[in-house]
Amino acid sequence: MTTRTIRVDYLARVEGEGALDLHISDGRLVAAALSIFEPPRFFEAFLRGRGYNETPDIVARICGICPIAYQMSAVHAIENAFGVTVGGQLRALRRLIYCGEWIESHALHVVMLHAPDFLGYPDAIAMARDHGDAVRSSLALKKTGNDLLRLLGGREIHPVNVRPGGFYRVPQRSELEPIAEKLKQAYDQAIGLVRWVATFPFPDFERDYEFVALRHADEYPLNEGRLVSNRDIDIDIADYESEFEERHVAHSTALHSLLKRRGAYLVGPLARYALNFDRLPAAVRALAAEAGLAAVCKNPFRSIIVRAIEIVFACEEALRLIADYEPPKEASVPTEPRAGVGFGCTEAPRGICWHRYAFEADGTIRTARIVPPTAQNQPSIEADLMAVGAPLASEPDDVIRHRCEQTIRNYDPCISCSTHFLRLAVHRT
Amino acid sequence: MKQTSPSTVLVVGLGNPDCGDDGVGPLVVRKLTGLLPPDVAVALPGGDVPTLITQWADFDSVICIDAAAFVTTPGRIHRSGGAGSDFARARPATSSHMLGLGDAIELSRMLGQAPRNIIVFAVEGACFAVGAPMAPQVAAAADEVASRVVAEVARLRARSGDSPSA
Repeated sequence: MTTRTIRVDYLARVEGEGALDLHISDGRLVAAALSIFEPPRFFEAFLRGRGYNETPDIVARICGICPIAYQMSAVHAIENAFGVTVGGQLRALRRLIYCGEWIESHALHVVMLHAPDFLGYPDAIAMARDHGDAVRSSLALKKTGNDLLRLLGGREIHPVNVRPGGFYRVPQRSELEPIAEKLKQAYDQAIGLVRWVATFPFPDFERDYEFVALRHADEYPLNEGRLVSNRDIDIDIADYESEFEERHVAHSTALHSLLKRRGAYLVGPLARYALNFDRLPAAVRALAAEAGLAAVCKNPFRSIIVRAIEIVFACEEALRLIADYEPPKEASVPTEPRAGVGFGCTEAPRGICWHRYAFEADGTIRTARIVPPTAQNQPSIEADLMAVGAPLASEPDDVIRHRCEQTIRNYDPCISCSTHFLRLAVHRT
Repeated sequence: MKQTSPSTVLVVGLGNPDCGDDGVGPLVVRKLTGLLPPDVAVALPGGDVPTLITQWADFDSVICIDAAAFVTTPGRIHRSGGAGSDFARARPATSSHMLGLGDAIELSRMLGQAPRNIIVFAVEGACFAVGAPMAPQVAAAADEVASRVVAEVARLRARSGDSPSA
């Protein structure tokens, strides 16, 4: 029996701290474990006993890249529990701020974190020497997304302007006009990114995923929709726990989410795109076709194209929302607390972010449960690693390491959210 | 044509005010209130260093104040800068959250977007824990750094916008 061990103590260009262990026995890959060793963060426990109004500011702290996802899922859950409906321009502003988060998060991942894998550079700084225009576009897009977050959220990291019922302050039309000009440039920059990433060399690899995403009656999903899959799931978000469960695994401080009936599933851009292709504007669908994407993409490495497509969509959607904007009379609708349970589920850049809160009659949080996208994708990442790594088992360690790191980065994992960076070890016996 | 307008200057305070000695950059920026000419821009980018790259591209000069790892003495001040200075990255970039000042400067230079003059004041800290107080030696160093930034700004503005500084 021969043993082989490859170890990467910290995988680059993902968020948080984790490790990957690959076990190869007699030239065959027998196990792949994504170990997350970042300490638990206890946000659900912090929330117990706090007032409902504090929730958006507390959950925003879960992530510096996708705070809006946590804020939006939380406020929807609170409003669901208290019987409050937020519509009209307040709803539109929520969609607009979410567009800002998609733009800044996707732009960062596509160019700064993921593209170097395909082009053979150790990082974006080395890549910038030969692909300066793409890096400039990424930085400009990120800035535009951040500008939108700052305008609507008060600041770009951990925004403070979101509240149950709406916002603390809403902008005047004149405040949105300068950002619209930037978004027009961002739209063109995003189209350029789609065309650039579509030229990358992609491994010939597909898996038969069960995609899970929100689906809305007439919108590409951000804040609302039913939970659907490409198999047989079509449920209200309140019924999430009837189909999905979280399990402790010994090698991870983050819980693994699984479909009770079928195991691993996939959330995020590939799932959203596959389940909502018909909800994309015609021009974006045409751009996807030009980039070589069909209506469903099962190659996780091509997720970089889908992310770029979603940046284009987010820019177009943001411009539409701004064009239609009329400042609402009130910055929020009244919320009166009552005892009950509420559910929220929105589309974070990395996939669905599901929240459930139980409230006392005065709005004090009795229990909280938060299921972030990366926790949901962990079993799917491990399944990808087994499938990608198996044919490479006899290859040199560097080859296996590179392809496995790239496989993990296909998911833009936010390990920090799921508990949080990666040590890779290959054990050969 | 040779540019003769005064050098445009951006002062940046890096660090988290809630993490002990890491807050020295924002503290220096607070101490500079009312001490800098009105056309000198000030930024507190928080953790969003990538955005800083697009922000400082519009300036001739940038002065950054940041905390540094403890080497010899908490509160010890280091100044780096001038044409051709090497702000070597201490380690490979591991994540977007961890893009450091050295990464940002290197990336800016690679893109041709770096200010002509980049001056960095680094203050050695000892404790960077969340909620920790700032060490008295580090807080005292903030006063000296503020004075040196004022002098540095005056020196940079006295030069024309296209003159690299030492």
